[in-house]
Amino acid sequence: MSLWEHYGEPGLWLILQIVAAIAVLLGVVAYVTYAERKVLGAMQRRQGPMTVGPFGLLQPLADGIKLLSKETIIPTQANRILFLLAPMITFTLSIAAWAVIPVNYQWVFADINVGILYLFAISSMGVYGVIMAGWASNSRYAFLGGLRSASQMVSYEVSMGLVIVCVLLTTGSLNLTEIVMADRPWWAEILLLPMLGVFLISILAETNRAPFDLPEGESELSGGFMVEYSAMTFALFFLGEYANMILMSAMTTILFLGGWLPPFGIEALAFVPGVVWFALKIAAVLFFFVWARATFPRYRYDQLMRLGWKVFLPFTLVWVVVMAGALLAFDALPGQTP
Amino acid sequence: MAPDAFLADYLPIVLFLGIAGVMSALMIGASMLVGKSRPDSEKLSAYECGFPPFADARSKFDVRFYLVAILFIIFDLEVAFLFPWAVSLGALGAFGFWSMVAFLGVLSVGFIYEWKKGALDWE
Repeated sequence: MSLWEHYGEPGLWLILQIVAAIAVLLGVVAYVTYAERKVLGAMQRRQGPMTVGPFGLLQPLADGIKLLSKETIIPTQANRILFLLAPMITFTLSIAAWAVIPVNYQWVFADINVGILYLFAISSMGVYGVIMAGWASNSRYAFLGGLRSASQMVSYEVSMGLVIVCVLLTTGSLNLTEIVMADRPWWAEILLLPMLGVFLISILAETNRAPFDLPEGESELSGGFMVEYSAMTFALFFLGEYANMILMSAMTTILFLGGWLPPFGIEALAFVPGVVWFALKIAAVLFFFVWARATFPRYRYDQLMRLGWKVFLPFTLVWVVVMAGALLAFDALPGQTP
Repeated sequence: MAPDAFLADYLPIVLFLGIAGVMSALMIGASMLVGKSRPDSEKLSAYECGFPPFADARSKFDVRFYLVAILFIIFDLEVAFLFPWAVSLGALGAFGFWSMVAFLGVLSVGFIYEWKKGALDWE
């Protein structure tokens, strides 16, 4: 067997698969922006995008072409290399995280045994893109926006991490497939319900979405860390933000909503392919994102920090101990012999 | 699992990073080629609502951002410690549980001190 047959062919095949997966992901991202505008429009009794194509379905394409043909502006005061690197980092990280997401049973590129840790690490690294953009722009708004955004993201990451620990207590594995497949007693699921609430609010803050969109709060910072960006450099931030939103929805689905399994474990619904359930659950969480944006006014910065550090952190910390104690006392931990 | 097979699991991640990185560079490059560029000094100056910027934007900033960063390091490390503990608590049993309660207790003392000192207050 030649070297080509052993390494070259499977390698090329894998690369093609990955390129296809990224293309699908970017297509989904494009239509999530469309769906968001449509849903927001409906909630405000408008029509949303209507002119480009039937029902405005070609709107994302038109937006993409427009952004591509615009002028890329690099301010003279800016640090050129970092300025261009920041959106690339944001985009690359938000795509790379998808390597470990199982969309169906064993439909995953990298089924690594520390999947959730990898996701946690990648979402932490997202801060780099933001703070680099804020610093490299050398503009007051961008700098303040970057600072605020970074401290907001790290504040909510702590409670997100503790929520994940709560889930891990019931699964006994860091592998995402095993987290989905884990079966836990019904009362453990009830104990996890408040954690779902904390997680949903934290992912809003983590992705800088309304009502926690202070870093780009138009009324005070006019765009935050991305104020100096234009054309494709802006588009990369935009794509990264939406890919991150979908990623966080996928994390919620895997940790709490049972991934590709039919909802509530109803066997009769198992004939529907797992990918469909996975997509539907992600769509439900994304709808929550848009719903929150249409409903809530923007938080004030001190309220945001108080919620993160003084409410969520102590609450999740106590809850970790409560869950661990309850699971231990009732012999319900995975790997525990009653 | 053999070390080779173990590392092979991570190959798709490396490829994902590489492909996404190349893709983002291509997108920026393409837009620089396609979009027409007509720079002028006003357009390239930092955005400041119409008037010329007074000074360098990288000025002093609130020390509380620094405090938040330090707090984050402490608690994120704590979470990183909790990950393996949570996964193996079934094997560790009551001893593992009480050890972690003690560890969290020590951290909570620091947290309460910080709270009382007002490090978590913003105005």
